[in-house]
Amino acid sequence: MYQGKTLPVLTVLGVILAAWYVFAVVLNTPWQLGVYERSGVTEWSNAQFISDTLNQKRPVLPSAHQVAVEIWNTTVLKAPTSRRSLVFHAWITLSATLLGFTIGTVLGIMLAVGIVHSRAMDKSLMPWIVASQTIPILAIAPMIIVVLNAVGISGVLPKALISTYLSFFPVAVGMVKGFRAPEQIQLDLMHTYAASKAQLFWKLRWPTSLPYLFTSMKIAIAISLVGAIVGELPTGAVAGLGARLLSGSYYGQTVQIWSALFMAAALAAILVSLVGLAQRITEKRMGGAPA
Amino acid sequence: MNPSLLFGALAFWVVAWGVNEYLVRLTPKSQTMARTISIAVPVLFGITLLVIWEGVTRGLNVSPILLPPPSMIWARITGSVPILWADFQQTFMKAVLIGYVMGCGAGFAVAIAVDRSPFLQRGLLPIGNFVSALPIIGVAPIMVMWFGFDWPSKAAVVVVMTFFPMLVNTVSGLAAASSMEKDLMRTYAAGYWQTLFKLRLPAAAPFIFNALKINSTLALIGAIVAEFFGTPIVGMGFRISTEVGRMNVDLVWAEIAVAAVAGTTFYGLIALLERAVTFWHPSVRSG
Repeated sequence: MYQGKTLPVLTVLGVILAAWYVFAVVLNTPWQLGVYERSGVTEWSNAQFISDTLNQKRPVLPSAHQVAVEIWNTTVLKAPTSRRSLVFHAWITLSATLLGFTIGTVLGIMLAVGIVHSRAMDKSLMPWIVASQTIPILAIAPMIIVVLNAVGISGVLPKALISTYLSFFPVAVGMVKGFRAPEQIQLDLMHTYAASKAQLFWKLRWPTSLPYLFTSMKIAIAISLVGAIVGELPTGAVAGLGARLLSGSYYGQTVQIWSALFMAAALAAILVSLVGLAQRITEKRMGGAPA
Repeated sequence: MNPSLLFGALAFWVVAWGVNEYLVRLTPKSQTMARTISIAVPVLFGITLLVIWEGVTRGLNVSPILLPPPSMIWARITGSVPILWADFQQTFMKAVLIGYVMGCGAGFAVAIAVDRSPFLQRGLLPIGNFVSALPIIGVAPIMVMWFGFDWPSKAAVVVVMTFFPMLVNTVSGLAAASSMEKDLMRTYAAGYWQTLFKLRLPAAAPFIFNALKINSTLALIGAIVAEFFGTPIVGMGFRISTEVGRMNVDLVWAEIAVAAVAGTTFYGLIALLERAVTFWHPSVRSG
Protein backbone atom coordinates (compact mmCIF):
# COMPACT_ATOMS: atom_id res chain seq x y z
CA MET A 1 0.00 0.00 0.00
CA TYR A 2 2.78 2.42 0.92
CA GLN A 3 4.58 1.63 -2.33
CA GLY A 4 1.55 2.13 -4.55
CA LYS A 5 -0.20 5.32 -5.56
CA THR A 6 -3.54 4.84 -3.80
CA LEU A 7 -2.54 5.85 -0.29
CA PRO A 8 -0.50 8.93 -1.31
CA VAL A 9 -3.27 10.14 -3.60
CA LEU A 10 -5.90 9.61 -0.91
CA THR A 11 -3.71 11.44 1.62
CA VAL A 12 -3.26 14.43 -0.66
CA LEU A 13 -6.98 14.46 -1.44
CA GLY A 14 -7.73 14.36 2.29
CA VAL A 15 -5.42 17.30 2.90
CA ILE A 16 -7.09 19.26 0.08
CA LEU A 17 -10.54 18.50 1.50
CA ALA A 18 -9.48 19.54 5.01
CA ALA A 19 -7.96 22.76 3.64
CA TRP A 20 -11.20 23.40 1.75
CA TYR A 21 -13.25 23.27 4.97
CA VAL A 22 -10.79 25.46 6.85
CA PHE A 23 -10.89 28.04 4.05
CA ALA A 24 -14.69 27.83 3.89
CA VAL A 25 -14.96 28.68 7.59
CA VAL A 26 -12.40 31.50 7.36
CA LEU A 27 -13.82 33.06 4.18
CA ASN A 28 -17.43 32.84 5.33
CA THR A 29 -16.75 34.24 8.79
CA PRO A 30 -17.24 37.97 8.04
CA TRP A 31 -20.67 37.38 6.50
CA GLN A 32 -21.74 35.11 9.35
CA LEU A 33 -20.69 37.70 11.94
CA GLY A 34 -22.81 40.23 10.07
CA VAL A 35 -25.79 37.88 10.14
CA TYR A 36 -25.44 37.37 13.89
CA GLU A 37 -25.15 41.11 14.47
CA ARG A 38 -28.29 41.86 12.46
CA SER A 39 -30.34 39.15 14.10
CA GLY A 40 -29.14 40.16 17.57
CA VAL A 41 -27.43 36.90 18.44
CA THR A 42 -24.68 37.82 20.84
CA GLU A 43 -23.53 34.46 22.13
CA TRP A 44 -22.76 31.39 20.16
CA SER A 45 -20.68 28.26 20.63
CA ASN A 46 -17.80 27.45 18.30
CA ALA A 47 -19.50 24.34 16.94
CA GLN A 48 -22.64 26.33 16.20
CA PHE A 49 -20.62 29.03 14.46
CA ILE A 50 -18.67 26.59 12.27
CA SER A 51 -21.78 24.72 11.25
CA ASP A 52 -23.46 28.01 10.34
CA THR A 53 -20.52 29.17 8.20
CA LEU A 54 -20.58 25.89 6.31
CA ASN A 55 -24.28 26.07 5.52
CA GLN A 56 -24.87 29.60 4.27
CA LYS A 57 -27.17 30.15 1.35
CA ARG A 58 -24.77 32.24 -0.72
CA PRO A 59 -21.37 31.52 0.78
CA VAL A 60 -18.14 33.07 -0.44
CA LEU A 61 -16.75 29.54 -0.57
CA PRO A 62 -19.37 26.80 -0.40
CA SER A 63 -18.40 23.73 1.60
CA ALA A 64 -17.81 20.40 -0.11
CA HIS A 65 -21.02 18.83 1.15
CA GLN A 66 -23.11 21.78 -0.10
CA VAL A 67 -21.68 21.28 -3.59
CA ALA A 68 -22.25 17.53 -3.35
CA VAL A 69 -25.89 18.04 -2.29
CA GLU A 70 -26.42 20.56 -5.11
CA ILE A 71 -24.98 18.15 -7.67
CA TRP A 72 -27.14 15.32 -6.31
CA ASN A 73 -30.25 17.53 -6.41
CA THR A 74 -29.67 18.75 -9.95
CA THR A 75 -28.62 15.46 -11.52
CA VAL A 76 -30.45 12.60 -9.84
CA LEU A 77 -33.55 14.30 -8.47
CA LYS A 78 -34.35 16.34 -11.59
CA ALA A 79 -35.53 14.91 -14.89
CA PRO A 80 -32.68 15.10 -17.44
CA THR A 81 -34.89 17.10 -19.81
CA SER A 82 -35.61 19.84 -17.28
CA ARG A 83 -33.76 23.12 -17.72
CA ARG A 84 -32.83 23.03 -14.05
CA SER A 85 -31.06 19.74 -14.47
CA LEU A 86 -27.30 19.75 -14.64
CA VAL A 87 -27.42 16.68 -16.89
CA PHE A 88 -29.35 18.73 -19.46
CA HIS A 89 -26.67 21.46 -19.48
CA ALA A 90 -23.82 18.96 -19.45
CA TRP A 91 -25.33 17.23 -22.49
CA ILE A 92 -25.50 20.53 -24.42
CA THR A 93 -21.84 21.18 -23.72
CA LEU A 94 -20.92 17.55 -24.41
CA SER A 95 -22.59 17.49 -27.83
CA ALA A 96 -20.69 20.61 -28.94
CA THR A 97 -17.47 19.16 -27.53
CA LEU A 98 -17.84 15.83 -29.34
CA LEU A 99 -18.83 17.39 -32.65
CA GLY A 100 -15.92 19.83 -32.52
CA PHE A 101 -13.51 17.16 -31.38
CA THR A 102 -14.50 14.82 -34.23
CA ILE A 103 -14.15 17.49 -36.92
CA GLY A 104 -10.92 18.73 -35.36
CA THR A 105 -9.36 15.28 -35.18
CA VAL A 106 -10.23 14.45 -38.80
CA LEU A 107 -8.95 17.85 -39.94
CA GLY A 108 -5.76 17.48 -37.94
CA ILE A 109 -5.06 14.03 -39.37
CA MET A 110 -5.70 15.23 -42.92
CA LEU A 111 -3.40 18.21 -42.41
CA ALA A 112 -0.70 15.91 -41.04
CA VAL A 113 -1.04 13.60 -44.06
CA GLY A 114 -0.56 16.59 -46.36
CA ILE A 115 2.41 17.88 -44.39
CA VAL A 116 4.16 14.50 -44.39
CA HIS A 117 3.67 13.99 -48.12
CA SER A 118 4.34 17.50 -49.44
CA ARG A 119 7.60 19.26 -48.70
CA ALA A 120 6.18 22.65 -49.63
CA MET A 121 3.30 22.22 -47.19
CA ASP A 122 5.69 21.08 -44.48
CA LYS A 123 8.01 24.06 -44.91
CA SER A 124 5.29 26.68 -45.23
CA LEU A 125 2.61 25.34 -42.82
CA MET A 126 4.56 23.91 -39.90
CA PRO A 127 6.04 27.20 -38.62
CA TRP A 128 2.55 28.73 -38.66
CA ILE A 129 1.01 25.78 -36.85
CA VAL A 130 3.65 26.08 -34.14
CA ALA A 131 3.23 29.86 -33.98
CA SER A 132 -0.55 29.55 -33.78
CA GLN A 133 -0.12 27.55 -30.57
CA THR A 134 1.17 30.71 -28.92
CA ILE A 135 -1.89 32.77 -29.90
CA PRO A 136 -4.75 33.02 -27.42
CA ILE A 137 -7.32 31.47 -29.74
CA LEU A 138 -10.01 31.39 -27.07
CA ALA A 139 -10.09 35.17 -27.27
CA ILE A 140 -11.71 34.90 -30.70
CA ALA A 141 -14.51 32.71 -29.33
CA PRO A 142 -17.11 35.44 -28.71
CA MET A 143 -16.55 36.91 -32.14
CA ILE A 144 -16.98 33.60 -33.93
CA ILE A 145 -20.21 33.00 -32.02
CA VAL A 146 -21.69 36.43 -32.66
CA VAL A 147 -20.60 36.64 -36.29
CA LEU A 148 -21.92 33.18 -37.11
CA ASN A 149 -25.15 34.07 -35.36
CA ALA A 150 -25.40 37.13 -37.59
CA VAL A 151 -25.10 34.93 -40.68
CA GLY A 152 -27.84 32.72 -39.34
CA ILE A 153 -25.78 29.81 -38.09
CA SER A 154 -26.62 29.19 -34.47
CA GLY A 155 -27.02 26.36 -32.04
CA VAL A 156 -24.39 23.72 -31.61
CA LEU A 157 -22.26 24.43 -34.69
CA PRO A 158 -20.52 27.71 -33.71
CA LYS A 159 -19.46 26.24 -30.36
CA ALA A 160 -18.29 23.09 -32.10
CA LEU A 161 -16.23 25.21 -34.50
CA ILE A 162 -14.35 26.74 -31.58
CA SER A 163 -13.64 23.26 -30.24
CA THR A 164 -12.52 22.26 -33.73
CA TYR A 165 -10.16 25.18 -33.91
CA LEU A 166 -8.63 24.32 -30.55
CA SER A 167 -8.43 20.58 -31.06
CA PHE A 168 -6.94 20.28 -34.52
CA PHE A 169 -3.59 21.78 -33.56
CA PRO A 170 -2.49 19.12 -31.08
CA VAL A 171 -3.70 16.38 -33.43
CA ALA A 172 -1.90 17.85 -36.46
CA VAL A 173 1.38 18.35 -34.61
CA GLY A 174 1.22 14.95 -32.91
CA MET A 175 0.34 13.11 -36.11
CA VAL A 176 3.14 14.73 -38.11
CA LYS A 177 5.47 13.36 -35.46
CA GLY A 178 3.67 10.01 -35.58
CA PHE A 179 3.76 9.64 -39.37
CA ARG A 180 7.48 10.36 -39.23
CA ALA A 181 8.02 7.86 -36.40
CA PRO A 182 8.86 4.79 -38.58
CA GLU A 183 12.59 4.19 -38.59
CA GLN A 184 14.69 4.32 -41.73
CA ILE A 185 15.23 0.56 -41.58
CA GLN A 186 11.45 -0.04 -41.68
CA LEU A 187 11.01 2.41 -44.55
CA ASP A 188 13.79 0.60 -46.40
CA LEU A 189 12.09 -2.73 -45.86
CA MET A 190 8.86 -1.38 -47.36
CA HIS A 191 10.97 -0.09 -50.23
CA THR A 192 12.41 -3.54 -50.92
CA TYR A 193 8.83 -4.87 -50.99
CA ALA A 194 8.17 -2.29 -53.73
CA ALA A 195 5.33 -0.87 -51.61
CA SER A 196 3.35 1.96 -53.17
CA LYS A 197 2.90 5.27 -51.34
CA ALA A 198 -0.59 4.23 -50.23
CA GLN A 199 0.63 0.86 -49.00
CA LEU A 200 3.50 2.55 -47.17
CA PHE A 201 0.96 4.82 -45.50
CA TRP A 202 -1.64 2.24 -44.48
CA LYS A 203 0.70 -0.63 -43.54
CA LEU A 204 3.51 1.26 -41.87
CA ARG A 205 2.95 4.96 -41.17
CA TRP A 206 -0.64 4.72 -39.90
CA PRO A 207 -0.09 1.83 -37.41
CA THR A 208 3.14 3.42 -36.14
CA SER A 209 1.41 6.72 -35.54
CA LEU A 210 -1.44 5.33 -33.40
CA PRO A 211 0.22 5.93 -29.99
CA TYR A 212 0.79 9.55 -31.05
CA LEU A 213 -2.81 9.80 -32.21
CA PHE A 214 -4.21 8.74 -28.85
CA THR A 215 -1.84 10.98 -26.90
CA SER A 216 -2.86 14.01 -28.95
CA MET A 217 -6.53 13.02 -28.83
CA LYS A 218 -6.38 13.11 -25.03
CA ILE A 219 -5.10 16.68 -25.15
CA ALA A 220 -7.53 17.58 -27.93
CA ILE A 221 -10.66 16.35 -26.16
CA ALA A 222 -9.76 18.16 -22.92
CA ILE A 223 -9.18 21.40 -24.82
CA SER A 224 -12.37 20.85 -26.88
CA LEU A 225 -14.37 20.88 -23.66
CA VAL A 226 -12.73 24.15 -22.63
CA GLY A 227 -13.58 25.56 -26.05
CA ALA A 228 -17.22 24.52 -25.81
CA ILE A 229 -17.56 26.00 -22.31
CA VAL A 230 -15.97 29.32 -23.30
CA GLY A 231 -18.08 29.31 -26.47
CA GLU A 232 -21.18 29.33 -24.31
CA LEU A 233 -20.22 32.50 -22.46
CA PRO A 234 -21.10 35.14 -25.06
CA THR A 235 -24.41 33.64 -26.17
CA GLY A 236 -26.08 35.35 -23.25
CA ALA A 237 -26.27 32.40 -20.88
CA VAL A 238 -28.84 30.24 -22.64
CA ALA A 239 -27.84 26.69 -21.87
CA GLY A 240 -24.77 24.60 -21.18
CA LEU A 241 -22.17 24.42 -18.44
CA GLY A 242 -20.59 27.72 -19.50
CA ALA A 243 -23.99 29.39 -19.29
CA ARG A 244 -24.43 27.94 -15.78
CA LEU A 245 -21.09 29.46 -14.78
CA LEU A 246 -22.08 32.84 -16.23
CA SER A 247 -25.57 32.99 -14.73
CA GLY A 248 -24.18 31.78 -11.42
CA SER A 249 -21.70 34.65 -11.44
CA TYR A 250 -24.42 37.18 -12.36
CA TYR A 251 -26.70 36.15 -9.52
CA GLY A 252 -24.03 35.31 -6.95
CA GLN A 253 -25.04 31.66 -6.85
CA THR A 254 -21.70 30.29 -5.75
CA VAL A 255 -23.02 26.79 -5.11
CA GLN A 256 -24.27 26.67 -8.69
CA ILE A 257 -20.88 27.79 -10.04
CA TRP A 258 -19.04 25.15 -8.06
CA SER A 259 -21.41 22.38 -9.06
CA ALA A 260 -21.08 23.35 -12.74
CA LEU A 261 -17.32 23.38 -12.26
CA PHE A 262 -17.29 19.90 -10.78
CA MET A 263 -19.59 18.64 -13.49
CA ALA A 264 -17.17 20.01 -16.10
CA ALA A 265 -14.26 18.36 -14.29
CA ALA A 266 -16.10 15.02 -14.18
CA LEU A 267 -16.92 15.36 -17.88
CA ALA A 268 -13.27 16.03 -18.71
CA ALA A 269 -12.14 13.07 -16.63
CA ILE A 270 -14.67 10.74 -18.28
CA LEU A 271 -13.79 11.89 -21.81
CA VAL A 272 -10.04 11.58 -21.29
CA SER A 273 -10.36 8.15 -19.71
CA LEU A 274 -12.62 7.02 -22.58
CA VAL A 275 -9.88 7.95 -25.04
CA GLY A 276 -7.43 6.08 -22.81
CA LEU A 277 -9.73 3.04 -22.86
CA ALA A 278 -9.96 3.14 -26.66
CA GLN A 279 -6.17 3.31 -26.73
CA ARG A 280 -5.79 0.20 -24.55
CA ILE A 281 -8.31 -1.76 -26.61
CA THR A 282 -6.63 -0.77 -29.87
CA GLU A 283 -3.20 -1.63 -28.56
CA LYS A 284 -4.43 -5.01 -27.39
CA ARG A 285 -6.00 -5.82 -30.76
CA MET A 286 -2.83 -4.74 -32.53
CA GLY A 287 -0.96 -7.29 -30.45
CA GLY A 288 0.82 -4.90 -28.13
CA ALA A 289 2.02 -6.02 -24.74
CA PRO A 290 -0.68 -5.59 -22.06
CA ALA A 291 0.28 -2.58 -20.02
CA MET B 1 -18.44 42.07 -56.62
CA ASN B 2 -15.06 42.80 -58.09
CA PRO B 3 -13.75 39.78 -60.02
CA SER B 4 -10.36 41.27 -60.93
CA LEU B 5 -9.38 41.54 -57.24
CA LEU B 6 -10.56 37.99 -56.60
CA PHE B 7 -8.69 36.54 -59.55
CA GLY B 8 -5.65 38.65 -58.74
CA ALA B 9 -5.54 37.09 -55.28
CA LEU B 10 -5.98 33.60 -56.70
CA ALA B 11 -3.24 34.20 -59.26
CA PHE B 12 -0.95 35.41 -56.49
CA TRP B 13 -1.72 32.21 -54.59
CA VAL B 14 -0.81 30.01 -57.55
CA VAL B 15 2.43 31.90 -58.20
CA ALA B 16 3.42 31.87 -54.52
CA TRP B 17 2.68 28.16 -54.30
CA GLY B 18 4.89 27.54 -57.33
CA VAL B 19 7.72 29.64 -55.91
CA ASN B 20 7.50 27.74 -52.62
CA GLU B 21 7.55 24.38 -54.41
CA TYR B 22 10.64 25.60 -56.26
CA LEU B 23 12.33 26.92 -53.12
CA VAL B 24 11.93 23.73 -51.06
CA ARG B 25 13.43 21.67 -53.89
CA LEU B 26 16.62 23.72 -53.94
CA THR B 27 19.69 22.21 -52.33
CA PRO B 28 21.59 25.31 -51.23
CA LYS B 29 25.34 25.06 -50.73
CA SER B 30 25.88 27.69 -48.05
CA GLN B 31 24.19 27.60 -44.67
CA THR B 32 23.01 31.19 -44.80
CA MET B 33 21.22 30.38 -48.04
CA ALA B 34 19.47 27.39 -46.45
CA ARG B 35 18.41 29.50 -43.49
CA THR B 36 17.10 32.27 -45.73
CA ILE B 37 14.98 29.73 -47.63
CA SER B 38 13.59 28.17 -44.45
CA ILE B 39 12.49 31.66 -43.34
CA ALA B 40 11.30 32.85 -46.75
CA VAL B 41 8.95 29.91 -47.37
CA PRO B 42 6.67 30.38 -44.32
CA VAL B 43 6.80 34.17 -44.70
CA LEU B 44 5.66 33.88 -48.31
CA PHE B 45 2.88 31.54 -47.18
CA GLY B 46 1.74 34.06 -44.55
CA ILE B 47 1.73 36.89 -47.09
CA THR B 48 -0.28 34.68 -49.46
CA LEU B 49 -2.88 34.12 -46.75
CA LEU B 50 -3.19 37.87 -46.19
CA VAL B 51 -3.47 38.54 -49.94
CA ILE B 52 -6.18 35.90 -50.37
CA TRP B 53 -8.02 37.28 -47.34
CA GLU B 54 -7.83 40.82 -48.72
CA GLY B 55 -8.75 39.74 -52.25
CA VAL B 56 -11.68 37.57 -51.23
CA THR B 57 -13.22 40.04 -48.76
CA ARG B 58 -12.89 42.96 -51.18
CA GLY B 59 -13.54 40.97 -54.34
CA LEU B 60 -16.73 39.33 -53.05
CA ASN B 61 -17.81 42.43 -51.11
CA VAL B 62 -17.95 40.52 -47.84
CA SER B 63 -19.56 42.73 -45.23
CA PRO B 64 -16.84 44.17 -42.94
CA ILE B 65 -19.04 43.10 -40.01
CA LEU B 66 -18.42 39.49 -40.90
CA LEU B 67 -14.78 39.65 -41.89
CA PRO B 68 -12.94 42.94 -42.37
CA PRO B 69 -10.03 42.89 -44.84
CA PRO B 70 -6.51 43.03 -43.33
CA SER B 71 -5.89 46.57 -44.62
CA MET B 72 -8.93 47.82 -42.66
CA ILE B 73 -7.71 46.05 -39.52
CA TRP B 74 -4.28 47.61 -39.94
CA ALA B 75 -5.81 51.06 -40.34
CA ARG B 76 -7.75 50.41 -37.15
CA ILE B 77 -4.61 49.35 -35.28
CA THR B 78 -2.71 52.49 -36.26
CA GLY B 79 -5.79 54.60 -35.60
CA SER B 80 -6.53 53.45 -32.06
CA VAL B 81 -3.13 52.95 -30.48
CA PRO B 82 -4.09 54.58 -27.13
CA ILE B 83 -7.03 52.19 -26.59
CA LEU B 84 -4.98 49.14 -27.56
CA TRP B 85 -2.09 50.25 -25.37
CA ALA B 86 -4.34 50.79 -22.34
CA ASP B 87 -5.93 47.36 -22.81
CA PHE B 88 -2.51 45.78 -23.26
CA GLN B 89 -1.25 47.35 -20.05
CA GLN B 90 -4.30 46.28 -18.07
CA THR B 91 -4.38 42.70 -19.32
CA PHE B 92 -0.82 41.82 -20.16
CA MET B 93 1.43 43.92 -17.94
CA LYS B 94 -0.73 43.52 -14.85
CA ALA B 95 -2.85 40.35 -14.94
CA VAL B 96 -0.76 38.10 -17.16
CA LEU B 97 2.77 38.92 -15.98
CA ILE B 98 2.00 39.11 -12.25
CA GLY B 99 -0.15 35.98 -12.35
CA TYR B 100 2.42 34.14 -14.46
CA VAL B 101 5.29 34.91 -12.11
CA MET B 102 3.25 34.01 -9.03
CA GLY B 103 1.77 30.82 -10.49
CA CYS B 104 5.03 29.50 -11.92
CA GLY B 105 6.90 30.51 -8.76
CA ALA B 106 4.38 28.76 -6.52
CA GLY B 107 4.39 25.60 -8.66
CA PHE B 108 8.19 25.55 -8.57
CA ALA B 109 8.33 26.17 -4.82
CA VAL B 110 5.84 23.40 -4.05
CA ALA B 111 7.76 21.00 -6.29
CA ILE B 112 10.97 21.76 -4.36
CA ALA B 113 9.12 21.47 -1.05
CA VAL B 114 7.76 17.98 -1.78
CA ASP B 115 11.06 16.91 -3.35
CA ARG B 116 12.28 15.17 -0.20
CA SER B 117 9.07 13.21 0.28
CA PRO B 118 8.51 10.50 -2.37
CA PHE B 119 5.20 9.79 -0.62
CA LEU B 120 3.81 13.27 -1.31
CA GLN B 121 5.21 13.20 -4.84
CA ARG B 122 3.39 9.99 -5.66
CA GLY B 123 0.24 11.57 -4.31
CA LEU B 124 0.65 14.96 -6.04
CA LEU B 125 1.72 13.81 -9.51
CA PRO B 126 -1.49 11.98 -10.52
CA ILE B 127 -3.64 14.76 -9.05
CA GLY B 128 -1.56 17.43 -10.79
CA ASN B 129 -1.80 15.59 -14.10
CA PHE B 130 -5.54 15.19 -13.63
CA VAL B 131 -6.10 18.84 -12.76
CA SER B 132 -4.02 19.94 -15.78
CA ALA B 133 -6.65 18.31 -18.03
CA LEU B 134 -9.59 20.03 -16.31
CA PRO B 135 -11.31 23.15 -17.64
CA ILE B 136 -9.67 25.31 -14.94
CA ILE B 137 -10.81 28.41 -16.77
CA GLY B 138 -14.15 27.83 -15.01
CA VAL B 139 -12.77 29.21 -11.76
CA ALA B 140 -12.86 32.65 -13.41
CA PRO B 141 -16.31 33.65 -12.04
CA ILE B 142 -15.27 32.52 -8.55
CA MET B 143 -12.08 34.56 -8.67
CA VAL B 144 -13.98 37.61 -9.93
CA MET B 145 -16.30 37.22 -6.94
CA TRP B 146 -13.43 36.90 -4.47
CA PHE B 147 -10.95 39.45 -5.76
CA GLY B 148 -13.20 42.02 -7.40
CA PHE B 149 -13.45 43.29 -10.96
CA ASP B 150 -9.96 44.71 -11.39
CA TRP B 151 -6.81 42.86 -12.44
CA PRO B 152 -6.13 40.90 -9.20
CA SER B 153 -8.98 38.50 -10.02
CA LYS B 154 -7.53 37.89 -13.49
CA ALA B 155 -4.07 37.39 -12.03
CA ALA B 156 -5.61 34.85 -9.62
CA VAL B 157 -7.09 32.87 -12.52
CA VAL B 158 -3.67 32.93 -14.21
CA VAL B 159 -2.04 31.71 -10.98
CA VAL B 160 -4.41 28.72 -10.75
CA MET B 161 -3.96 27.88 -14.44
CA THR B 162 -0.17 28.04 -14.46
CA PHE B 163 0.43 26.35 -11.09
CA PHE B 164 -0.24 22.73 -12.03
CA PRO B 165 1.71 22.45 -15.30
CA MET B 166 4.70 23.97 -13.49
CA LEU B 167 4.34 21.62 -10.51
CA VAL B 168 4.04 18.47 -12.63
CA ASN B 169 6.91 19.38 -14.95
CA THR B 170 9.27 20.42 -12.17
CA VAL B 171 8.61 17.24 -10.18
CA SER B 172 9.30 15.03 -13.20
CA GLY B 173 12.28 17.22 -14.16
CA LEU B 174 13.85 16.78 -10.73
CA ALA B 175 13.70 13.02 -11.30
CA ALA B 176 15.55 13.37 -14.63
CA ALA B 177 19.13 13.25 -13.33
CA SER B 178 20.45 9.71 -13.71
CA SER B 179 21.65 7.68 -10.74
CA MET B 180 25.14 7.63 -12.23
CA GLU B 181 25.33 11.42 -12.01
CA LYS B 182 23.87 11.39 -8.52
CA ASP B 183 26.47 8.83 -7.47
CA LEU B 184 29.18 11.10 -8.81
CA MET B 185 27.83 13.98 -6.70
CA ARG B 186 27.93 11.62 -3.71
CA THR B 187 31.56 10.75 -4.28
CA TYR B 188 32.22 14.50 -4.23
CA ALA B 189 30.55 14.51 -0.79
CA ALA B 190 27.99 17.01 -2.09
CA GLY B 191 25.09 17.78 0.25
CA TYR B 192 21.40 17.80 -0.69
CA TRP B 193 21.36 21.47 -1.66
CA GLN B 194 24.61 21.28 -3.60
CA THR B 195 23.28 18.31 -5.58
CA LEU B 196 20.05 20.21 -6.14
CA PHE B 197 21.64 23.38 -7.45
CA LYS B 198 24.59 21.92 -9.34
CA LEU B 199 23.06 18.80 -10.82
CA ARG B 200 19.32 18.29 -10.48
CA LEU B 201 17.99 21.79 -11.24
CA PRO B 202 20.11 22.16 -14.38
CA ALA B 203 19.01 18.67 -15.42
CA ALA B 204 15.40 19.71 -14.80
CA ALA B 205 15.74 22.90 -16.85
CA PRO B 206 14.30 21.47 -20.11
CA PHE B 207 11.19 20.32 -18.22
CA ILE B 208 10.85 23.64 -16.41
CA PHE B 209 11.14 25.57 -19.66
CA ASN B 210 8.55 23.30 -21.23
CA ALA B 211 6.15 24.33 -18.44
CA LEU B 212 7.12 27.98 -18.83
CA LYS B 213 6.27 27.80 -22.54
CA ILE B 214 2.93 26.04 -22.02
CA ASN B 215 2.09 28.53 -19.29
CA SER B 216 2.88 31.59 -21.43
CA THR B 217 -0.06 30.65 -23.68
CA LEU B 218 -2.33 29.57 -20.83
CA ALA B 219 -1.71 32.81 -18.94
CA LEU B 220 -2.86 35.01 -21.81
CA ILE B 221 -5.94 32.86 -22.45
CA GLY B 222 -6.81 32.82 -18.75
CA ALA B 223 -6.55 36.58 -18.35
CA ILE B 224 -8.61 37.33 -21.47
CA VAL B 225 -11.37 34.83 -20.74
CA ALA B 226 -11.56 35.91 -17.08
CA GLU B 227 -12.38 39.39 -18.32
CA PHE B 228 -15.54 38.04 -19.96
CA PHE B 229 -16.90 37.61 -16.43
CA GLY B 230 -16.65 41.24 -15.46
CA THR B 231 -13.99 43.95 -15.55
CA PRO B 232 -13.48 47.66 -15.22
CA ILE B 233 -13.91 49.34 -18.60
CA VAL B 234 -10.45 48.47 -19.87
CA GLY B 235 -8.74 45.24 -20.88
CA MET B 236 -8.36 43.07 -23.94
CA GLY B 237 -11.06 40.55 -23.02
CA PHE B 238 -13.46 43.35 -22.09
CA ARG B 239 -12.81 45.15 -25.39
CA ILE B 240 -13.32 41.98 -27.40
CA SER B 241 -16.62 41.06 -25.76
CA THR B 242 -18.11 44.58 -25.84
CA GLU B 243 -16.96 45.61 -29.31
CA VAL B 244 -18.37 42.35 -30.72
CA GLY B 245 -21.70 43.40 -29.29
CA ARG B 246 -21.37 46.82 -30.95
CA MET B 247 -20.37 45.16 -34.25
CA ASN B 248 -17.01 46.96 -34.31
CA VAL B 249 -15.42 43.82 -35.66
CA ASP B 250 -12.34 45.59 -37.01
CA LEU B 251 -11.41 46.74 -33.49
CA VAL B 252 -11.90 43.16 -32.27
CA TRP B 253 -9.52 41.91 -34.92
CA ALA B 254 -7.05 44.63 -33.99
CA GLU B 255 -7.24 43.46 -30.38
CA ILE B 256 -6.73 39.86 -31.49
CA ALA B 257 -3.70 40.91 -33.55
CA VAL B 258 -2.23 42.59 -30.47
CA ALA B 259 -2.92 39.46 -28.40
CA ALA B 260 -1.30 37.28 -31.06
CA VAL B 261 1.80 39.44 -31.27
CA ALA B 262 2.04 39.63 -27.46
CA GLY B 263 1.60 35.86 -27.09
CA THR B 264 4.14 35.03 -29.78
CA THR B 265 6.69 37.50 -28.40
CA PHE B 266 6.23 36.16 -24.87
CA TYR B 267 6.74 32.60 -26.12
CA GLY B 268 9.70 33.61 -28.27
CA LEU B 269 11.45 35.35 -25.36
CA ILE B 270 11.12 32.24 -23.21
CA ALA B 271 12.38 30.07 -26.07
CA LEU B 272 15.42 32.36 -26.43
CA LEU B 273 16.05 32.16 -22.69
CA GLU B 274 15.78 28.38 -22.93
CA ARG B 275 18.43 28.24 -25.65
CA ALA B 276 20.75 30.32 -23.49
CA VAL B 277 20.19 28.28 -20.31
CA THR B 278 20.01 24.76 -21.71
CA PHE B 279 22.76 25.17 -24.32
CA TRP B 280 24.02 21.68 -23.40
CA HIS B 281 20.78 19.88 -24.30
CA PRO B 282 20.83 17.75 -27.51
CA SER B 283 17.72 19.43 -28.93
CA VAL B 284 19.43 22.83 -28.72
CA ARG B 285 22.93 21.70 -29.75
CA SER B 286 21.85 20.06 -32.98
CA GLY B 287 19.77 22.99 -34.16
